[in-house]
Amino acid sequence: MNINATLIGQLIAFAVFVWFCMKYVWPPLLAAIEERQKKIADGLEASDRAEKDLELAQQKATEKLKEAKAQAAEIIEQAKKRANQLVDEETQRGHAEREKIITQGYAEIEAERNRAKEELRKQVAALAVAGAQQILQREIDAQAQNDIVEKLVAEL
Amino acid sequence: MASEITTSEYIKHHLTNATMCSTDQGIAFNKACADAGFWAWHVDTLAWSIGLGILFLWLFRSAAKKATTGVPGKWQAFVEIVIEFVNDNVRDSFHGRNNLIAPLALTIFVWVFLMNLMDLVPVDVLPWLAGQVGYYGFGMDPHDVYMKVVPTTDLNLTLALALGVFFLILFYSIKVKGVGGFTKELTMQPFNHWAFIPVNFILESVTLLARPFSLALRLFGNLYAGELIFILIATLGLWQLPLHFPWAVFHILVIVLQAFIFMMLTIVYLSLAHEDH
Repeated sequence: MNINATLIGQLIAFAVFVWFCMKYVWPPLLAAIEERQKKIADGLEASDRAEKDLELAQQKATEKLKEAKAQAAEIIEQAKKRANQLVDEETQRGHAEREKIITQGYAEIEAERNRAKEELRKQVAALAVAGAQQILQREIDAQAQNDIVEKLVAEL
Repeated sequence: MASEITTSEYIKHHLTNATMCSTDQGIAFNKACADAGFWAWHVDTLAWSIGLGILFLWLFRSAAKKATTGVPGKWQAFVEIVIEFVNDNVRDSFHGRNNLIAPLALTIFVWVFLMNLMDLVPVDVLPWLAGQVGYYGFGMDPHDVYMKVVPTTDLNLTLALALGVFFLILFYSIKVKGVGGFTKELTMQPFNHWAFIPVNFILESVTLLARPFSLALRLFGNLYAGELIFILIATLGLWQLPLHFPWAVFHILVIVLQAFIFMMLTIVYLSLAHEDH
């Protein structure tokens, strides 16, 4: 327990240890720690930034998607409209064609009928004339009675 | 061993340092050094403390050499925890820039902790080993071989640490405040009047000198008492088995706490030395 030269020895040892620690132990370790702290801080910042970028990109993508959807809908709408238009046009054309054909048919029928009527009238006239000729062969000259028959025919 | 000698002899044997001194007949040991006075060396204290100091520096230096800023290894991670802990304490208590304080605090903390840790080695193991080595290696009586393995139970060591800190306190006080400022701090406080200079000087000197001595005696007293109780428990025969364990567990707290207190007070004292009033 007595104080002796050990004190001096320990003082020297203490000084040497502290010097060594200050020179070769503390600085590299603290430098490593601080460097890593900086690295981690940088990494965190970068990840924050990346997160923000990602969010932005997602937003952009959503916007683009919405735009594309709207465009697609518009195109479909247009196509539908066009299709309807075509159908309408075609229907109209069909109708017109039908009308035309029907009208033509009617006209043809009318013409045929007129022709037949004419024919019939002519035949009836001839028949009447023939009949009348047979009746009047004896009494009336065919020539003299012709205008009466004509009148009759016109009345038919 | 306790059976061959009395309890008081046993305790005394455990509390005696291995001493070396040079006499007229050459180098002498232990009892021959009884009247060597100041120029005697406690070889066990010196060997254990320097050995542990080198162990500390070697372990931490190995981490420092391989220090990577990437993913640290397990040992580096542990060393970094210690460094961070010390650095935080220094930054909290010490305001100003000084490249010495933090490594000083680290050295004190780890070195004192390692020396205190020797207290947890069962009290008979290393002295017994030393006795065997002395007996078989040098033909000495094992009872004459002394081996005190806890360097912090040697007042020489704790006082050396405290004096080292004290010199630093003086050095920085004078460096920061100048000789005039330091003298003024010693003489013009707490009563700022010329008539009180002697009173102030006595008060401030006591304050100043109390620092290293309280540092040294606190560490020494705690560890010496702890060691003494370990030794006393060891003399109880079978009773030491249940008693040794709780005391050792309690002592885990004491050895860390004392290392921490020594470090903390060193930082605070040096911080005070840097402050201009």
